[in-house]
Amino acid sequence: EGGVLQVSAALKEGQVTPTQLCQRCLALIRSTKFLNAYITVAEETALKQAEESEKRYRRGQPLGVLDGIPISVKDNFNTAGIETTCASNMLKGYISPYNATVVQKLLDQGAVLLGKTNLDEFAMGSGSTDGVFGPVRNPWSYSRQYKEKSASKSHSEDEESNWVITGGSSGGSAAAVSSFTCFAALGSDTGGSTRNPAAHCGVVGLKPTYGLISRHGLIPLVNSMDVPGILTRCVDDAAVVLGLLAGHDPKDSTTIQDTFEPFELPDFTDVSKLTIGIPKEYHAPGLSGEILALWSKAADLFKNAGAKVIEVSLPHTRYSIVCYHVLCTAEVASNMARFDGLEYGHRSDMNESTESMYAATRREGFNDVVRGRILSGNYFLLKQNYENYFIKAQKVRRLIASDFVKVFRSGVDILLTPTTLSDAVPYMEFIKEDNRTRSTQDDILTQAANMAGVPAISVPAALSERGLPVGLQFIGRSLQEKQLLTVAKWFEKQVKFPMIQLEEVKRLDHDILQHQKSASFS
Amino acid sequence: PEVTVEVLAHLERLALVDFRDEEGVERLQKAIQFADQLQEVNTDGVEPMDSVLEDRCLYLREDDVTEGNCTKELLKNAREKVEEYFVAPPGNIPLPKLDEQETSLQGS
Repeated sequence: EGGVLQVSAALKEGQVTPTQLCQRCLALIRSTKFLNAYITVAEETALKQAEESEKRYRRGQPLGVLDGIPISVKDNFNTAGIETTCASNMLKGYISPYNATVVQKLLDQGAVLLGKTNLDEFAMGSGSTDGVFGPVRNPWSYSRQYKEKSASKSHSEDEESNWVITGGSSGGSAAAVSSFTCFAALGSDTGGSTRNPAAHCGVVGLKPTYGLISRHGLIPLVNSMDVPGILTRCVDDAAVVLGLLAGHDPKDSTTIQDTFEPFELPDFTDVSKLTIGIPKEYHAPGLSGEILALWSKAADLFKNAGAKVIEVSLPHTRYSIVCYHVLCTAEVASNMARFDGLEYGHRSDMNESTESMYAATRREGFNDVVRGRILSGNYFLLKQNYENYFIKAQKVRRLIASDFVKVFRSGVDILLTPTTLSDAVPYMEFIKEDNRTRSTQDDILTQAANMAGVPAISVPAALSERGLPVGLQFIGRSLQEKQLLTVAKWFEKQVKFPMIQLEEVKRLDHDILQHQKSASFS
Repeated sequence: PEVTVEVLAHLERLALVDFRDEEGVERLQKAIQFADQLQEVNTDGVEPMDSVLEDRCLYLREDDVTEGNCTKELLKNAREKVEEYFVAPPGNIPLPKLDEQETSLQGS
């Protein structure tokens, strides 16, 4: 169960072939189907890509470190020839005519695209429960660690209904990486949608600086905040993927033009030179005692290693959710206008007039969450409301962004915060509240980083009392991913987060071993 | 601010999305209430922020055609087309008024 670099080395040495790797992942996807992490599994094309990769390895000419490595992509990224649905009826059956830039970059490196992962419809949500293909189940629900903790209290019949959510909206990607069905996955992050599920699924979730990675081909939610997110099992892997994806894209005018230098992370870091900021506003109402304690322990870890750890203030933190609510719905109202049934996607049979066709198409194609946001957004953009809501929110955004600038300017290198308020809740509990309420609660610790465009990463920190993963978040200065990931890697090494014990993975390894044994006799 | 029936109708017309039922309207009311918290923040003298990249120059490429000629590809995803045209139902027909609207949309 190594990281990308180890597997890459194994591929180079011929210890395993890209085809074996691909087949193993596909088998695991099949045996973990109940997680509902994948919307589309591109088995044929994946095997073909693996075959091509194998030919390259045999010639001794791999394209790079990702050649032959199975990856998966959130279903809001366009993938040529493969259905892209955004988990919505609006795009069911939509076959992308092109690859998103980030997808193209991965394919150009020889990565094997296994499939498209599940999400909340149009990435709106914090549970990965609101897509038309159903909710994603957190693999940890089926881990020995979680089962051991819940056996003591509940009856066996509850096991089926006891499963916990992945968080969202990139839940499918997080579950895919967490259950070993791929080595890395793409997510998207607008309010925390990569970091939130990463924390709940015990994987690394990186939100890069806004403008660092191309959004071309990522079906937009909020143009001024969306970024492609990277989900991996360790920080080193995130650095590898980041190195391959970052950089200016002429097809996305919001990518910065500075040259990006890919980097390797040092194995040993001297954190005594660092100043770690603990923003007091992130001690948000509802933060579980468990996570508070973990956060404190983490701060101590840095302190004991000689780092300067100080309390700081980001005074406008609590308004970031309200601000997001207005700006997000406003941009959504605009972005969703393209779905009218004419050029692509669902089209209603209603044929009386253009407008009635549009209206019926959108009524049929969008779920309540999407429609609700479109209507709210249009409200805030009305002439009589524009100044008081939209412009006001934009002003508050500046205040939030400058909070970060001030803190970083005062000598703080990295901020340390929790990623979520609690560990993953059971699905049955999660759905008791509506999507907006949940998003409001769950995004509170992650959203501000999107407002300010700064990079942030969630690293698995420990298991909760219920046996579920809890992550901690590091937030860095704009474009300082190297420092951010260096610190994250140091932390990762200190905490030694346990590996998930999944029956399906064990069984697969056992089967492969048996197969190899019997093959050696034939 | 009270959301009047006129505003609701106006929003449905602008968004081409309907509230569907009481719940939809309530959802909007709650959204507005939530957004009103912004008024607590003092933003005197603060400029609105469009983008975190506001201090940078936008990248503009050369005005040269570098790709295109993919009409067939693009038409593949459209349901109704004739030759190289997307086909829409007749335009310039206004949506029925709010009370008539229920029946019209119920048909779909």
